[in-house]
Amino acid sequence: MKVLLPSPLASYTANAREVQATGATLDEVLRDLDRRYPGIRFRVIDEQDAIRPHIKIFVNREQASGIARRLGPDDEILVVAALSGG
Amino acid sequence: VFRSEDAGRTWKEAETPPAFPKASDPSQAMSVSHVFWLTPGHSSQPQRWYAGTSPQGLFVSDDGGRNWKGVEGFNSNPDRLNWIGGLQDAPPDGGTLHSLSVDPFDAEHLYIGLSTGGSFESRDAGASWTPLNAGIAAEFLPDPNAPYGHDPHCMRVHPKVRGILYQQNHCGIYRLDRANDRWMRIGDNMPKDIGDIGFPMTLHPRDPKTAWVFPMDGGTVWPRVSVGGRPAAYVTRDAGASWQRQDRGLPAEQAWFTVKRQAMTADTLDPVGLYFGTTGGEVWASRDEGASWECIRSHLPQVHAVEAAIAE
Repeated sequence: MKVLLPSPLASYTANAREVQATGATLDEVLRDLDRRYPGIRFRVIDEQDAIRPHIKIFVNREQASGIARRLGPDDEILVVAALSGG
Repeated sequence: VFRSEDAGRTWKEAETPPAFPKASDPSQAMSVSHVFWLTPGHSSQPQRWYAGTSPQGLFVSDDGGRNWKGVEGFNSNPDRLNWIGGLQDAPPDGGTLHSLSVDPFDAEHLYIGLSTGGSFESRDAGASWTPLNAGIAAEFLPDPNAPYGHDPHCMRVHPKVRGILYQQNHCGIYRLDRANDRWMRIGDNMPKDIGDIGFPMTLHPRDPKTAWVFPMDGGTVWPRVSVGGRPAAYVTRDAGASWQRQDRGLPAEQAWFTVKRQAMTADTLDPVGLYFGTTGGEVWASRDEGASWECIRSHLPQVHAVEAAIAE
């Protein structure tokens, strides 16, 4: 599925802002991304698996409340950063 | 935590960053907001580093900072929450574990500062901890002899002379000689119109009686800027019995510097070079132990920390 990433995470993906990932949940998608882009998962969620402050994740333009959110193969994921950064 | 091995040209992120364990009970869940302090291990442990975080957590790496694990003797200590208090006890940017020092004479002997919480030491490489606050004032606590709950701003362990520590606290400047094991408020000997409030504490690399502070206005509203808009370092050369003002080269008026706790340091040269950075983005240096100062860099962002190293 397609994952759209914000500019603060571009250093992990060689500046790619749109990447492909697989997984049945947001958790699995973040693990898949972390295998190819080490460190990116910990920028999105903390050690308690909570979505970090200043990060929001949307699935098909609906905000996800946590990484247990189930996904279909054609879903589109949008990660947004620094909403509250001014 | 990011590492550079080429003098800052490139940086690599830690493979396993400092992080608390995943909690089964959500009410006990802790998350590292940021790494606040980094300290290399004892000279006998060249790959070891320690990290202090916000909220107050202690982490260690034994591979030069690539992989980190928690020091559970502190992070999971049943007294930790009593020591650090609640959100109402934390400074504006959150509580921090700082002033991490390894006793140069004993690799297992660690010192830490907690804001808030106080000063603590461990003699078993972090497995157990005891408060080290006797003699320190805490004007915000009802008990004048409270064992913990204090607010050290910057504690330094002398690198050459065993058992000598200095501390700039929220409530004054102190010196500790482990032979007595009670902090002495040497800030009482500062000029009364300057006071003994500030953030950094800088030690002479060899002489245990010489140390520098950079006083801030500790008046009623705590503006955290140079007293009267006239910045100055103060040096003691007699273990705090007396202090001398050092402001030659610094602005004479209308200069409202704030120097944070990690933003003043000394090199190991003779005479000692001193350096400090301001929240206004300037770095000042003295090549003569503080007798005169010059601005060596300006227009930087806020300076959080300054370190000195001799380039080979």
